Amino acid sequence: MHPVESGRGRRTDPAWWGRVFWTLAGLVVLWPMLVLAEFKPWVLFSPESLKPTLRFLADFFPPKVEPEFLALVARETWRTVAMATAGMALALLLAIPLALLSVRTLSLSALAGRMGAVPAVLRQTVRWVLVVLRSVPELIWALVFVRVVGLGPTSGVLAIALTYAGMLGKVYGDILESSDAQPTQTLLRNGAGRLQAFGYALLPQSAGELTSYTVYRWECAIRSSAVLGFVGAGGLGQLMDASMKMFNGAEVATMLLVFIALVGLADRVSGWLREGLA
Amino acid sequence: MKVVLQACSARHPAATAGAASALRAINLAVASGEQLAVIGPSGAGKTTLLQVMACALRPAHGTVQLGEANPWELGGRALQGMRKRLFLAPQVPPLPPRQRVVTAVLAGRLPDMGFWQSLQSLVYPKDMDLADTALAQFDLADKLFERVDRLSGGERQRVGLARLVASSAKLLLVDEPLSALDPERARQALKSLTRTAQQRGATLVATLHHVEMALSHFGRIVGLREGELVFDLPASQVTPAHLQELYASQLQELTGSAPEARFAPAEAAPVAMHCR
Repeated sequence: MHPVESGRGRRTDPAWWGRVFWTLAGLVVLWPMLVLAEFKPWVLFSPESLKPTLRFLADFFPPKVEPEFLALVARETWRTVAMATAGMALALLLAIPLALLSVRTLSLSALAGRMGAVPAVLRQTVRWVLVVLRSVPELIWALVFVRVVGLGPTSGVLAIALTYAGMLGKVYGDILESSDAQPTQTLLRNGAGRLQAFGYALLPQSAGELTSYTVYRWECAIRSSAVLGFVGAGGLGQLMDASMKMFNGAEVATMLLVFIALVGLADRVSGWLREGLA
Repeated sequence: MKVVLQACSARHPAATAGAASALRAINLAVASGEQLAVIGPSGAGKTTLLQVMACALRPAHGTVQLGEANPWELGGRALQGMRKRLFLAPQVPPLPPRQRVVTAVLAGRLPDMGFWQSLQSLVYPKDMDLADTALAQFDLADKLFERVDRLSGGERQRVGLARLVASSAKLLLVDEPLSALDPERARQALKSLTRTAQQRGATLVATLHHVEMALSHFGRIVGLREGELVFDLPASQVTPAHLQELYASQLQELTGSAPEARFAPAEAAPVAMHCR
């Protein structure tokens, strides 16, 4: 046994130089990106941009609470929620079958060794379809649909449906595949059908996670339907766009408060659902 | 259902290329309605043998015959039809933690149910009496509406066996059904299994660590070591010398109990959630 060394500064953390190196390397890589992104935060604080910003922000208080404006906001809020919900419902119609098709745990040919070539190709193809669906931003879909079906909530609903089907399908597939495969495989090996095995083994394991992710996505859909309003898809977003153009901070403030309330509500609903399914 | 294995060799799908086969040229015939216990030290290939019998693993060489057919010569649909007639109960009970016991037991009936019927049964359990009777055989009738994750390891294992009792399969393959049970429960469980198989006219093949339990409950004993058949005898003809030979290098397993099964499922990988 060695006596405990008392020499000061004799020991160095062996991880130290590695950390220093990776921090410096990270900064070296980050710098060109910041230049490319024209990251100049000091512009925010130059007097000529600070004054109009502060004036616009000062307008936020007090928020506009006139009854007829509130009634209008309430109507448009309802429209926004309806748009997000309808979009989510359509997205689910597409996402659930695609997710089930892509889940490797439900493969029959993989029960005895390696998955067959045809099912493997099919699953990969479905994954690519999901990639394509979600790689086109909903804003682009909305601009496309505004040209097809005209201004109004329909284009927003369709845009949300397509992009969210891609996201939901991918994440549902990932959640289902990350749960324990043994209960599902046992049922399949005992002759149960794939959908039966899904209902009796795969779903009960991940129901909580799937629900909370779905509610979270619904919350995201409410937010993106606001963005879609800016391109004419109706709802609270369109109202906000109009107020922004008029530099009417009080109206914008009221609508932002409504958004905060909606997101808070979604968070609470998700909490309740998860408690119920825990 | 009768089972015939001819010169069957099999290796685990995840095994490395150079590794020895888990089963080597096994010849075994089990008649319809026969009850058979497979014993042998850990790593002898007992589980692999059951998996080959259950069409869960395709043998690398040799043939399997279930009933009158070779399952690997059937098409995919007919193979799945064959699987409906057998029941493989793995050592770790395959129960989702948040499921209720009644659903877990009735899952044994899935091959007999149509899709809509099984969906209906998820909403409101059909045939609760069946689940109740099956559970009662293992002293678990009071746990009918309990959730699986509120049960102890031994209770879960018995729920897994109750699922087997609730099924209608004609070939019952049970892997280490007693590993988490105390001696009294183990005896009771084995009695239920053998009685179920007898009443149904089903073939029963069980792997067991408890040699004495195997000898006292099964008519025919198969000894397996390093993937090879060491003996295949009526229980009355199995002598201590046979057992000495079977467990030659692992004598402590002959007297000790089964190793505890791993009940905690592997830690699930975290799921990334993306949003703007």
